Amino acid sequence: MARTVPTSTRIGFTALAWIIALLLFSPILWVLLTAFKTEAEAIAASPTFLPQNFTLENFAAVQDRSDYFKHAFNSIIVSVGSTLLGLAIGIPAAWAMAFAPTKRTKDVLMWMLSTKMMPAVGVLIPIYLIFRDLRLLDTVHGLTLIMTLINLPIIIWMLYTYFKEIPVDILEAARMDGAELWNEIVHVLVPMAVPGIASTLLLNVILAWNEAFWTITLTSGRAGTLTAFISSFSSPQGLFLAKLSAASLLAIAPILLMGWFSQKQLVRGLTFGAVK
Amino acid sequence: MGSISLQHVKKSFGEVQIIPDISLDIKDGEFVVFVGPSGCGKSTLLRLIAGLEDTTSGQILLDGEDMTKAPPARRGLAMVFQSYALYPHMSVRDNIAFPLKMAKAPKALIDQKVEYAARTLNLSSYLDRRPRALSGGQRQRVAIGRAIVREPKAFLFDEPLSNLDAALRVNMRLEITELHQQLKTTMIYVTHDQVEAMTMADRIVVLNAGNVEQFGSPLDLYKKPANRFVAGFIGSPKMNFIDGPEAAKHNAHSIGVRPEHFKLATTATSGTWKGKVGVAEQLGSDTFLHVHVEGLGLMTIRTDGDQTFNHGDDVYLTPDPTRIYRFDASGVAI
Repeated sequence: MARTVPTSTRIGFTALAWIIALLLFSPILWVLLTAFKTEAEAIAASPTFLPQNFTLENFAAVQDRSDYFKHAFNSIIVSVGSTLLGLAIGIPAAWAMAFAPTKRTKDVLMWMLSTKMMPAVGVLIPIYLIFRDLRLLDTVHGLTLIMTLINLPIIIWMLYTYFKEIPVDILEAARMDGAELWNEIVHVLVPMAVPGIASTLLLNVILAWNEAFWTITLTSGRAGTLTAFISSFSSPQGLFLAKLSAASLLAIAPILLMGWFSQKQLVRGLTFGAVK
Repeated sequence: MGSISLQHVKKSFGEVQIIPDISLDIKDGEFVVFVGPSGCGKSTLLRLIAGLEDTTSGQILLDGEDMTKAPPARRGLAMVFQSYALYPHMSVRDNIAFPLKMAKAPKALIDQKVEYAARTLNLSSYLDRRPRALSGGQRQRVAIGRAIVREPKAFLFDEPLSNLDAALRVNMRLEITELHQQLKTTMIYVTHDQVEAMTMADRIVVLNAGNVEQFGSPLDLYKKPANRFVAGFIGSPKMNFIDGPEAAKHNAHSIGVRPEHFKLATTATSGTWKGKVGVAEQLGSDTFLHVHVEGLGLMTIRTDGDQTFNHGDDVYLTPDPTRIYRFDASGVAI
């Protein structure tokens, strides 16, 4: 029998959900509104909700002061590049763990996950020194590499979970049909795991896009991404709230749009296998 | 050519021994069925031949060539799985063409072979559909089509009809037998259903706990079972076994009588066993009577479908003396 919920309870929970959603969204809304205000309006003692003197000058100023398009381009290269590199390593790794496991596979998976539990600052000095010696500091390829490495455990874990859902019979059928390992992965496994691979890709692009710690630490002017771009506005010029908001809005807009359009795929990917 | 020879093949998973030691010779063009109860190692044996599992020791020869270490792709065998194992993202056409694409066959040849296989298996009008849009029987045909186009040395079937309903199973059974007669390619077929084994096989391998209990033609197994296990496994309904003094009268530890090898009377005659009818299963053509015989236990009797019996009726059973199977204490036929 279907469970019945009283109308008043339903209305109450819906209202609560909306209130929480609005609270979570409020900083973004504040940034959105402030970006179109003048600096004076942004720091006014009694602020207004909507911009009174709607202006786009903050955006122009931001682009003039530090090149938005260069940072955005770096963000795209690093997030997409690190994700593709991660998938190129992660797909064969997850295949091996899902379909040719050994006694130690679970331990390896746990060990990889444990690296995500360690605070990044714990390995800051060795990584910084390695990057310095290999001349990778403030380079896009260096940043792409570190981003790949920090997100690889998540990529492998996600892919492993999706691959476990694929019936092994089908891969064995491919082997019987004469497919060597490469063909088995390219022609059978990957097409069947497309939804899982797509959500892994989206999530990792978002994670890499939003990553700030390593980006700010390992880059300065040349290879900085949009997170470095925002941070360059925050400290010395903290009072310029409108420009900071414009910079923030420009930094989050692309990923916000991507997340919006792909949310169905993301939700499906993240709940994959939860309910059969 | 497609002869398959297993020489002292052993398989263990860790500490667990699944196949203690099996040697078998399957001739080119033969239809061999591996039959046995669940967990007897029949599917494992098939997977060893396919190369999907590694042997622990022993050799597997295909056409005299040692293929023990060869990967599945190099063995030139085709397999039909219980779950069909079709590629869900490909059309029927692409599914059937897949092995040929892997073999880098020219496109014209692929088209020709796919069309031929589709015609043979009545799939021509479904070629552009995805597997999910097909019924169970059609999916199984696609799986067979995919196996046929490779022109393999041998076909391996792993319980291919288990997921089909009873009527369809009988049809597919006939289709596979006809296919064998048409192609004359070696086929190894795994099933737990002894009726499938009896009706399809040239020779049957009866397996139990990873050992070959008997390897012979269906009628050999029926008429001359090597031991009590085979006698009980082959034949439906199962053979009745009797131990104790009644067996001792025949100089055996136990004796077996098949349900169809009894004379049934409703009045006492000399040398008969008296019993009471328990359940009567009426199939129309036959009736299976489950008779409680005093001192001997429950017996199953196959009788003419025209006779009617009621629960509690007294009946007298006389086993055909020429068809009493005798077994020693270890279960080996005497």
